[in-house]
Amino acid sequence: MNLRRRYWRDRVMVGLIILASLVVLTPLLIVLWYVASQGISALNLDFFTKDLGSPTRAQFGQPTGLAQAIAGTFVIDMTALLLAVPVGIGAGMMLAEYKEHPLNPLLRVLNDTMNGMPAILKGLLIFTLVVRPSGTFSGFAGALALGIVMLPIIARATEGALTLVPWSIREAGLALGLPRWRVILAAVLPVARPGLVTGVLIAFARAAGEAAPLLLTSLGNNFLPRNPWNPLEYLTKAADTLPQRLYSLAVSPYKQWHAMGWAAGIILLLLVIVVFLVGRYLTRRNP
Amino acid sequence: MTETAKGPRIRMETRNITVDYGNGRGVRNVTLSFEDRKVNALIGPSGCGKTTFLRALNRMHDLMRGVKVTGEALLDGEDIYAPGVDPVTVRRRIGMVFQKPTPFPTMSIFDNVVSGLKLVGIRDRAQLAQVAERSLRQAALWDEVADRLKSPASRLSGGQQQRLSIARALAVEPDVLLMDEPTSSLDPAATRRIEELVGSLKKDVTIIIVTHNMQQAARISDVTSFFLDGEVIESGPTDQMFTSPTDERTEQYVTGRFG
Repeated sequence: MNLRRRYWRDRVMVGLIILASLVVLTPLLIVLWYVASQGISALNLDFFTKDLGSPTRAQFGQPTGLAQAIAGTFVIDMTALLLAVPVGIGAGMMLAEYKEHPLNPLLRVLNDTMNGMPAILKGLLIFTLVVRPSGTFSGFAGALALGIVMLPIIARATEGALTLVPWSIREAGLALGLPRWRVILAAVLPVARPGLVTGVLIAFARAAGEAAPLLLTSLGNNFLPRNPWNPLEYLTKAADTLPQRLYSLAVSPYKQWHAMGWAAGIILLLLVIVVFLVGRYLTRRNP
Repeated sequence: MTETAKGPRIRMETRNITVDYGNGRGVRNVTLSFEDRKVNALIGPSGCGKTTFLRALNRMHDLMRGVKVTGEALLDGEDIYAPGVDPVTVRRRIGMVFQKPTPFPTMSIFDNVVSGLKLVGIRDRAQLAQVAERSLRQAALWDEVADRLKSPASRLSGGQQQRLSIARALAVEPDVLLMDEPTSSLDPAATRRIEELVGSLKKDVTIIIVTHNMQQAARISDVTSFFLDGEVIESGPTDQMFTSPTDERTEQYVTGRFG
C-alpha cells in the first residue's frame, strides 16, 4: 500500500544526497573557474621559459615569466619529499609497530603537535636553525621547512596503513625466525604500499601549496640561476617557489603581476591534480 | 622426566609452562614432552588453552603486551626462555603454521618459499631454487606450481596456500614444526592432503599439532595430549588415549560427550 510512498521517499533522499555532493563540489569548481579565468591571459610560452626579472618587464610588455618559480618549486618540493619520506615512514613504523617502545607515546604526542603547528612557525624554526647559522636564505632551508610540513602527515598515514595490515602476516614472518624489522620491511610494508603512496601524495600536495614556511627560508628570487638545470643552484641560494611567488605577486602594485599570480595559481592546481592522478594510477596497479 | 633415559629421544619438553593473560585464562603448569620425529596432537574443547600453549613453544607471546609466560620450554635440553636467548634464533628452529594460510600476499610463490632464507642474506640463486623445490616437494605442492613459481601466491587456492605456508616453514629446516589447527579453514579434500602431508613430514621434523577435530588427532598423531581449562588432563599414545584413557574427563571428551 505504501510502495508509492517508499518510491518517493527514496527519490527525495537520493536527491538530497546529490544536492549535498554538489554543495561540496561547488567551491572547488568556483575556485577552478575563477583562477583559470583570471590567470589564463598570463599563460604563454614565456611564462614557462623566462624568469620574472623586474616589474618593468611586465609593464612594458617585455618577455617575463615564472620559470624560476616553477623550477624552484620542483627542486625544493622533491628535495623535501626525499628528506621526509624515509623519516616519516620510519616514524610511522615506530608508531604502528613498536607500540611497547618507551619512545612511542612521546613520538605520538610530538607528531600530533607538529602536525598542528602553524606552518609559519616551521619556517621560523628553520630560519633560526639553518638560515641564520648558514648566513643565507636557501632552497635547501625551504626544503627542510616543507619536509617538516610533510613529516607528521606521512608518519600518521604510514601508521594508519600499517595498522590495516593483518597481524597474521607479522606472525608468519616472525615464525620463520626473521627479526622484527625484517618482517616489517619485507612483508608488512609492501602490503601497506597503496596506503603509503596515498599518504605521501597527500603530504606532498599539502606541502606544495604552502607559502608560509618558505617566506623565511627560501625567501624568493626573481631570477633563474646562472645554470638553470643544476638543482644545487636552487638549493644553495635564495630560490623561488610558486606559492610564495603567488603571494608576492598578489601583494605587488602591478596589475600585470596580478595576472601572473593567478597563472601561478593555475600551475599549482594542475600540480596537485597531476600528483593525485599519478597516485591513483600507482595504487590501482597493485591489487 | 626420567623416562628420557631409556625411551626415545625427547626433542622438546616443557616444565610448568604457565601463560598468564592477566584475565584468569591462559594455561597453567603444563609439563609435557615431545619425542623426536613424532606427531604430537594437542586436543581439547575451544578455549582450553591448546593454542595458547602452542604459541608459548616458539615465543610467539613475546610481542603481546600483558602476556606473561613462566616456566621452562626446553629444545634439545636448553630452555628457550633462558635469559640471553634470542627469540629469533628460537623461531628459526621451531617453525609454525597457522589456522589460516598466511602467504605473504605481495610475494610470488617462489619468493614466499625462500623468504626465510633470502631475508637472512642467502642470495645464491641455485641454492635458493634448490631449497624451493625441495620444500615444495616436501609440502606436496611442487607438481601444482612448478610451472608458475613466479606468479603471486595470493592466486593459489586456500589449500594450496596452506601447503605453501608449510613449504615456507620447512625451507629454513626447523627441528620442530608447530601447527595450529592447520586445516580448520580448508575443505575436506584439502584437509586430507594436509593430513597425508603431516604423516610424511614426521620423518624429518617433530610435529606438534593443535586440532579441534578428534578424528584428525586419531588419524595422524602418535601421541595425544588432552587439555581442559588451561591444564593438561592426560597425555599418552594416541590409540590408548582414544580407547582406554585413564581420566574420566578424557573419556567423556573423546567419546563426544562434551566439547
